[in-house]
Amino acid sequence: MIGVARGSLAVAAKDLRAEMASPAQAMSLFVFALLVVVVFHFAFDLTAAEFTALGPGVLWVAILFTGILALDRGFRVEREGGRIDGLRLAPMPRSALYFGKVLSTWTIMTAVEIVLVPIAAILFNHPLGGWALRLLPVLLLNTLGFAAVGCLFACITTQTRRGDLLLPVLLFPAAVPIALAAVRATGHVLAGRPLDRFAHWLTLSAAYDLIFLAAAVLLFDHALDD
Amino acid sequence: MTAGDGPLLEVRSVSRRFGVVAALDRIDLTLQPGERVLLLGRNGAGKTTLLRLAATLLRPTTGTLRHFGREARGDEGAAVRGRLGYLPHGSLLYDDLSVAGNLRFHAALHGLADVRGRVQRALEETGLSGRAGDPAGTLSRGLQQRLSAARAFLHRPDLLLLDEPFTGLDAPGVLLLQGLLRERLGTAGACLLATHDIPSSWPLVTRVVALAAGRIVLDRKADGLAPADLQALPGAAS
Repeated sequence: MIGVARGSLAVAAKDLRAEMASPAQAMSLFVFALLVVVVFHFAFDLTAAEFTALGPGVLWVAILFTGILALDRGFRVEREGGRIDGLRLAPMPRSALYFGKVLSTWTIMTAVEIVLVPIAAILFNHPLGGWALRLLPVLLLNTLGFAAVGCLFACITTQTRRGDLLLPVLLFPAAVPIALAAVRATGHVLAGRPLDRFAHWLTLSAAYDLIFLAAAVLLFDHALDD
Repeated sequence: MTAGDGPLLEVRSVSRRFGVVAALDRIDLTLQPGERVLLLGRNGAGKTTLLRLAATLLRPTTGTLRHFGREARGDEGAAVRGRLGYLPHGSLLYDDLSVAGNLRFHAALHGLADVRGRVQRALEETGLSGRAGDPAGTLSRGLQQRLSAARAFLHRPDLLLLDEPFTGLDAPGVLLLQGLLRERLGTAGACLLATHDIPSSWPLVTRVVALAAGRIVLDRKADGLAPADLQALPGAAS
């Protein structure tokens, strides 16, 4: 029997290896996110000043839509051919499967964001600077929250016939707090405001992350039940 | 687990319903160490449901299952799962991972030591050494079945639950799997094997159980029976 940490790392490493083995598949997430940003760019024709106000929304719409794709793909591969049975049979706490999926989704989404954000800034003529580094905790905290709630819902919906359709319907309402906190905090960062002006949004994101990670430990066994 | 440790699987008055459909109806079955049970029945008789219940992938609607003398719940559940080898009809393999990568992942999930050595041995035993680096999705159906068997046996389970294990295998593949099963089961392990391919499984089995409409209609030693006899048994023929 293995513990939660080892089990989580094994599952996450497997997911990331599968992503690396298929670069075209991995690239498709980034291309999708970039396309969303480009569509907004042409639709709104934003100036650099307007980007400070509207850019956070544009960025997070792209990130959350891409997250849905990443979640669906990550769980679809387990659903097809009943591979999830192989994971359920592993001699480890079931929460290890959940944390492994959160870890891989978080890593994949963060990798997309790290490339997407500078490109979006260049596209909208927003000067690159120290804000990019200050945005990192905002990206990490809110992406973790989205992955935490997303993996819980994806696990439930993946066992239903049309789980791919059900996932966004269930997930987006539950992710409203994280979307709100992410957009507001990103707006403050882009405007160059100090941390104390948006620390409360980061606190909200951290609380959201903790609540859903803790809830998942309690609920995940039931979510995986037949 | 040794032969003197009692039953490896005890199924007591187990029923399983899916909505209004009763897939299994008050089943009683005990597997002792060394027993290799051939599970027969027509399509829909309840074979796969029984295997999934035994694999802890389903919960019974009523009745109890005990593995190795304990119920598979909580930490006990994880310990029980570590001693089960499940080879389902689907492959459970990840197409994008390499052949060896699939085995390494299974080894990691089971916390096995000497992963490299075990994986290498498993590949040699199943004749897949030459394809170790290839993505599993590029293997033929028969080779995928060999790899699935290697995956199911890698952690040296005490109780094997096999659902149509000979599917897609050619004659050498059938012989190879028979040899692997004999070697893995030894004298202490047990096996519950559901199949329609009676000739391929017959050299291995010590007992025959037949299901019909979710109930056991035959349970006897294989001694004195021949594959042809099974075709005539009510509910037992494929």
